[in-house]
Amino acid sequence: MPNVSVNGITIDDTFAEAFGMRATAIIITAPNRKWARQAAITMTGFATSVIGCGCEAAIDVELPPSATPDGRPGCRVMIFAMGTDELQKQLLNRVGQCVLTSPGSACFAGLEGSAELKLGSALRYFGDGWQISKKIGGRHFWRVPVMDGEFLCEATTGLTKGAVGGGNFFVMAESSAKALLAAEAAVAAIGLVPGAIVPFPGGIARSGSKIGGKYKGMIASANEAYAPTLRGVVRSELGPDINAVLEIVIDGETNDAVAAAMKAGIKAVIELGPKRGAVRISAGNYGGKLGKFIYSLKDMLP
Amino acid sequence: MKALTFTLVAEPPERLDLSPLTPERLAGIERRDIERIQIGISKHGSKVGDIFRVAGNDPLDIVFEGGSARLDRVAEGMRGGSVRVIGNVGAQGARAMRGGQLTIEGNAGPHAGSGMRGGRLEVTGNAGDHLGAPLAGELAGMNGGVLIVRGRAGAFAADRMRRGLIAVLKGSGDNAGSRMIAGTLVVAGGTGEMPGYLMRRGSILLDRAPKSLSPSFVECGAPESVFAAVIDRHLIAEGILKRPLLGIAPQKYGGDNAVLGMGEVLFPR
Repeated sequence: MPNVSVNGITIDDTFAEAFGMRATAIIITAPNRKWARQAAITMTGFATSVIGCGCEAAIDVELPPSATPDGRPGCRVMIFAMGTDELQKQLLNRVGQCVLTSPGSACFAGLEGSAELKLGSALRYFGDGWQISKKIGGRHFWRVPVMDGEFLCEATTGLTKGAVGGGNFFVMAESSAKALLAAEAAVAAIGLVPGAIVPFPGGIARSGSKIGGKYKGMIASANEAYAPTLRGVVRSELGPDINAVLEIVIDGETNDAVAAAMKAGIKAVIELGPKRGAVRISAGNYGGKLGKFIYSLKDMLP
Repeated sequence: MKALTFTLVAEPPERLDLSPLTPERLAGIERRDIERIQIGISKHGSKVGDIFRVAGNDPLDIVFEGGSARLDRVAEGMRGGSVRVIGNVGAQGARAMRGGQLTIEGNAGPHAGSGMRGGRLEVTGNAGDHLGAPLAGELAGMNGGVLIVRGRAGAFAADRMRRGLIAVLKGSGDNAGSRMIAGTLVVAGGTGEMPGYLMRRGSILLDRAPKSLSPSFVECGAPESVFAAVIDRHLIAEGILKRPLLGIAPQKYGGDNAVLGMGEVLFPR
């Protein structure tokens, strides 16, 4: 099938290729929205890619007081990693250093999964013997004394082995400003999709990569086919009208969540139109040989 | 299937041991055989058929129509299904219960829910002394499950409680939560003297300041408490209370420092 054009935007006849991952979610609450977000943003800092951060994490959705276990404003945070052990380590380090420390915070399970990860049942040792165990309505909590009262933390949270990482699409535009506007529109739309996160800065990656490189030890390196400054010197994927490419990388709780997020993001880019935003949408893959999950762009159109 | 119904014909001539009449122990037994089960514990030796008119056939849904303070050990050791008593019961109702639901639409005698490990017991009237408490010689009292008394409870409610939730809504007698090992006791409507006497761990949640506490309790401030918010919401969601008990920053007293001292008495300021 040849490339198609929707609302003046060219959609490449290609697909995004994604991998199975392990994922978990927690709900962080605080006395107000500002501090719930602060704890969530702090614990999801330096969590853009498993290549160098150990995990990929971001706020999934913000929760109103009516939707949290303690009736305070909250955020649902999702964390993705390649293995259960690494996910457990990242979860405890990040909640221990960034949520336990944040004023007024509390932490609850955000996922019912096939297995459980330790949360409060490990962090309780901060209590140095003064921690209190409470079972309320079948849920197990730990209360750890801290300097502004108590840190309430659910003992465990769920783990899913059905998560998907690496769903993606490229937003390609005539200028950096137009590419950024289109990518921002996509990120805003994906923010409303439950169970999907965009872990890169503000949801956007400008250094989309290929696997490996010419230097020893590089897991990923410049994707020169999509670098506009190399258009004349390498076999480029870019036509003369493209001067900026931004990638939206999506991790989802399920295959369906990734597909829903890709659809929402691509719809937003198409609605913005080629004059203000992107003129072309493509996606990254490895020829279909490596990933278990394939998202064909033509299936993701609105 | 219709609920297996035991209708009380007249006031029993003796104390009765109703522990054989649970969903587990009646499963697969014909009505004729049920009527022959001995439940009297004196020389009368009353059988089920002498005391009750039996109808229905679903042992997972048992109803006692009519109650008496002589009906002891109702639903003892019950593990599942539902038992409903329309009337009062005697001692040790739901003793060592492990699952299912027992509803007593009347008053319960002493040792109701004694040694409970699971399930839900609801008493719409009052309960006697030693609610959820151990019998003499036992090390721990209630060890799990939910016990709700809509009326008043006697002295030593939640004595030696170890796990689970007890909620008493119209006040309790003296020494509520005495010797608690852990778990949660909620008392609305005021307690008697010295709640939490010799408690080691556990939480006693009150709707007002206690009129007295053992002198080995210490004041522990009133910081904002997410635990208070979570338990308040749980009690309302479960239909136990209609409005929050503790609020966001309850006053805490810690004790009993005559023993381990890791328990707490919380109440709104």
